[in-house]
Amino acid sequence: MKQDATSTPPRKKARKEMARGYILLAATLVAAAVILRIFPDKVTAATATTRSYFLEMVTILPAVMIIMGLFSVFVSRELVVKYMGKASGIRGIAVAMLFGALPTGPLYLAFPLAAALRSKGASISNIVVFLSAWACIKIPQELIELQFLGVKFMAARLILTIIFVAIMGVFIEKIIEWTDNRGIGVSQKVAR
Amino acid sequence: MSTTAIIINLLALGCLVFALARDRGRTKQAMGVAVKSFVRILPAVFIIIVIIGLLMAFAPPEVISRLIGEQAGFGGLLAIAALGAVLHIPTLISFPLAASLLQSGAGVASVAAFITTLTMIGAVTLPLEIKELGRKMAFLRNGLSFIIAVIIALTMGAIL
Repeated sequence: MKQDATSTPPRKKARKEMARGYILLAATLVAAAVILRIFPDKVTAATATTRSYFLEMVTILPAVMIIMGLFSVFVSRELVVKYMGKASGIRGIAVAMLFGALPTGPLYLAFPLAAALRSKGASISNIVVFLSAWACIKIPQELIELQFLGVKFMAARLILTIIFVAIMGVFIEKIIEWTDNRGIGVSQKVAR
Repeated sequence: MSTTAIIINLLALGCLVFALARDRGRTKQAMGVAVKSFVRILPAVFIIIVIIGLLMAFAPPEVISRLIGEQAGFGGLLAIAALGAVLHIPTLISFPLAASLLQSGAGVASVAAFITTLTMIGAVTLPLEIKELGRKMAFLRNGLSFIIAVIIALTMGAIL
C-alpha cells in the first residue's frame, strides 16, 4: 500500500487546519454579531433558525461520528483490496459500491487506495464506481441527508445516483479501452 | 427528537454494541477516531448554522427562488451545479444548507444538482486524482459526473 505525504497528512497539518476552523468560526460569530447589531429587527428570525438547525444537528452528529469511527477502524484496507480485486461484472460493481459507501475516511484517502486496487487487477469500472460511491454515497452523508432533506429526497437521490454511477463506471471503462486500443491519450497509470 | 434522529442514534448504538462484543480494543480506537472527527467538523457545523440563520433572516425567498428556484431554468441549474463542483465545503454541512435553501424557495432540481456535484466532483482534489489514477480517468470521471449530476437533478425535479 502506498503511503505518501498526500494520503496521510501529518499531524501538524491537521492541527493547523483545525485551528483555522476555529478561527474562522470566531470570525463568523463576530461578523454575525455586527450584522445583527445593525439590523436588530432580524435578530429573532436569525436566532430562531440557527437554534432549530443546531438542535437538528446536535441530536445526530455524535451518532454519525460514532458510526464513522467504527467503520474506519473495523473495515481494513486489506479487506477492501481482498474483496474488490477479484469481483467482476454486476457483482463487482455491487461490491465496489458497498465498499465505497462504507464510512472509512475522506476522498483523498480513496485515490491511493484506488490506484492500489487497479494494480491488484480491479477493473476500471469497479474503480470508478468505488471512487464515486466513496465520494457521494457515504453512509454518514446519507444519514444527515435523511435528517435534513427527508426520506423522499434522500431515497430518490440515492437510487438515481446508484443507477447512474454504475452506468458511468461501465461507460468510462469502455471509453478507456476503446481509446487505449487506438493509442489515444494512453496514460502509463491507466493502461494495462 | 425526530424519528429520523432516533433511528440514527439507535443505529449507532447497535453498531457500538456489536463492535464492543467483537473487539474491545478496536472499539476504543474507533471512539478515538469519532471524537477527533467530531472536534474537527464542529467549527464548520457552527459556521454553517450561523450562516443559515442569517440567510433565512435576510435573503428574501423571492430572490432565492429567482436565482435557483423553478423560474431560474436550465441556466440556473447549470450555474449551481458548477458552483458545487468548484466549492470545497464538507459534505456533512452541505445538507443543512441545502435544506434551508429549499425552505426559502430554491428548486428541488437545483438543490439536488448542488449536493451531487459538491460530493462527486472535487476541483481541489483533482490534482491528486490525476497523480494517482492518470489524467484520462480523472477527467472522464469528473466530467461525466457533472453530466450525470445534471441528469439526476432534472429527474428529481420532475418526480418530487
